[in-house]
Amino acid sequence: MTDHFATDRLAARFASLKAEGRAGLVTYVMAGDPDFDVSFDILAGLPAAGADIIELGMSFTDPMADGPAIQAAALRALKAGTTLNTSLDLVRRFRPQDQDTPVILMGYYNPIHHKGVDSFLSEAKAAGVDGLIVVDLPPEEDAELCLPAKDAGLHFIRLATPTTDAERLPAVLRNTSGFLYYVSITGITGSASAQTDKIGSALAHIREKTDLPIAVGFGIKTPEQAAAMGDVADAVVVGSAIVDAIATATPEEAPAAAHGFVASLRDALERKAS
Amino acid sequence: MGLESANSRPNSFRAGPDKDGHFGIFGGRYVAETLMPNILELEAAYRQAKDDDAFKAEFDDLLEHYVGRPSPLYFAERLTEHCNGAKIYFKRDELNHTGAHKINNCVGQILLARRMGKSRIIAETGAGQHGVATATVAARFGLPCIIYMGARDIERQAPNVFRMKLLGAEVRAVTSGSATLKDAMNEALRDWVTNVEDTFYIIGTAAGPHPYPELVRDFQSVIGREAREQILGREGRLPDSLVACIGGGSNAIGLFHPFLDDPDVSITAVEAAGHGLDTGEHAASIAGGTPGVLHGNRTYLLQDDDGQIIEAHSISAGLDYPGIGPEHAWLHAIGRASYVSVTDQEALDAFQTLAQLEGILPALEPSHAIAHVLKVAPTLPKDHLMIVNMCGRGDKDIFTVAEALGVDMGTGAQ
Repeated sequence: MTDHFATDRLAARFASLKAEGRAGLVTYVMAGDPDFDVSFDILAGLPAAGADIIELGMSFTDPMADGPAIQAAALRALKAGTTLNTSLDLVRRFRPQDQDTPVILMGYYNPIHHKGVDSFLSEAKAAGVDGLIVVDLPPEEDAELCLPAKDAGLHFIRLATPTTDAERLPAVLRNTSGFLYYVSITGITGSASAQTDKIGSALAHIREKTDLPIAVGFGIKTPEQAAAMGDVADAVVVGSAIVDAIATATPEEAPAAAHGFVASLRDALERKAS
Repeated sequence: MGLESANSRPNSFRAGPDKDGHFGIFGGRYVAETLMPNILELEAAYRQAKDDDAFKAEFDDLLEHYVGRPSPLYFAERLTEHCNGAKIYFKRDELNHTGAHKINNCVGQILLARRMGKSRIIAETGAGQHGVATATVAARFGLPCIIYMGARDIERQAPNVFRMKLLGAEVRAVTSGSATLKDAMNEALRDWVTNVEDTFYIIGTAAGPHPYPELVRDFQSVIGREAREQILGREGRLPDSLVACIGGGSNAIGLFHPFLDDPDVSITAVEAAGHGLDTGEHAASIAGGTPGVLHGNRTYLLQDDDGQIIEAHSISAGLDYPGIGPEHAWLHAIGRASYVSVTDQEALDAFQTLAQLEGILPALEPSHAIAHVLKVAPTLPKDHLMIVNMCGRGDKDIFTVAEALGVDMGTGAQ
């Protein structure tokens, strides 16, 4: 398996973050929102704006773990003709200009299931994808995608939540790789933010069981919240707030709106570290 | 893994699901991690309850005295004469309290909720029948109840919305996605993820993540157990065939399951073909769908080339769902049950035929089953015994039927 991960962008990125002594910024945008070209401009500018890791949403008609912002983004993307294949095209077009920023695809299982797991994995790997987050595949269904993904050289990043107790944690960690995504609240994306002190103690328990970096997400909306969460996490994930910035701008202004907001998040994390 | 190798013929058709909730390749637990502890807790609680005589006694007592079971097995004499073929019986689950089979499952799940110490009930509903049944049992047990319903369905089903409110439930309009049943289910799942500690989600059909398909089936199997005993009492033998309509499939699996290991009983489920299978506007997941993963289980789904879910269409809001319960997907794959479909128009015609022949207004859902019976019964011998599940009454549908027939309900003019 090590061969597959010969160019492990995630490991390299977390190593450099550790050297810099700051929490990383994981930015989520929906592939194809509001359309392919604008979405590409948004994606292409994210590293320069300050994103350390990019999560790219794969649109689905029935996103049962997402709040209104990402639901709406998925519908906009689908309306603009986005498919799983065009989402892979975005990564394919992005990768030649940036060999270092990890790209994680995040979404739901059905479009992957429908395309076929093997062809999806080989195309994603070839396009320059580094890992997958598939919300509706718990460890009980690891044989579906998690294990084949790891065989194909793609990280499978699992979500741990406040309901993941000590008994369940080993199952969640077992086949997780790249990093662990800690969901800070019981709820959907874009919900109310969690208290940092509670998260800190939850992460301490998890760190007793794993050396994986831990990113915290769901409900982090402002530079201040990002900076506070950066105190306890290895990385913070911001999604709905960026998606909202894209939604409220015109298509022409959407890249600048997204990049400006991302820059403010990165700035807050840098100031905290220094 | 091919469908055939994965679904090889078992010794019993009634042994499923396996420990991970699979019926062949179908079923499973495709949910967000936040829900997994709850799903596992529910499964453990259900296993305990199943073996607890006190739980069973309370369930049976409520079914008898609150729901009004057993429901009659009625010989449909005039329909039989009309068809001049098979001898047709109706399992009269439309005579249950609240007017449909949905209440059987709701009684079982609310007893489980209470046993698990849950203090808040949520449910999704399409036509409103499951919402009304859930609001009913929540009122009966004094638990607060929130019903998620697509905004478009709220418009179409105003009487049921008012019923739920009278019963003390809060009805929340779902405007996301296509604003129909599948979106109501998404929103109920989002609520559950958010309020995972105190909330019990009463799923209305034999679908969703394991153990729901199994427990809904078990609670609904009272239909088939009674029918089996009743037909043996009336005719001294098992029926030759069973017919039920199917959306998610709870009434159908409830009737079918106790007969699955009787090889001489042929089993047919009737999907909603809407405007016709070739129009793309239908709700026939088996006839027009392919296997996929939605709402916690692998099953047949209506989906496009990209794996996006296609909105279903049926004149019957209760069948208007783009998936089907996983046990049905398996019964189809192994060939134990047949899945056919009838159109909106055929169901409407059957609705009127039955009203005039038997003095029964069937719901538009079982009108689909009746439409199939009208096609096949005339071709069968007179000693062929057929049981049809009359799973709901049609009072809720009179506005839809009036609109389809071009009748103005205010003036009666056509």
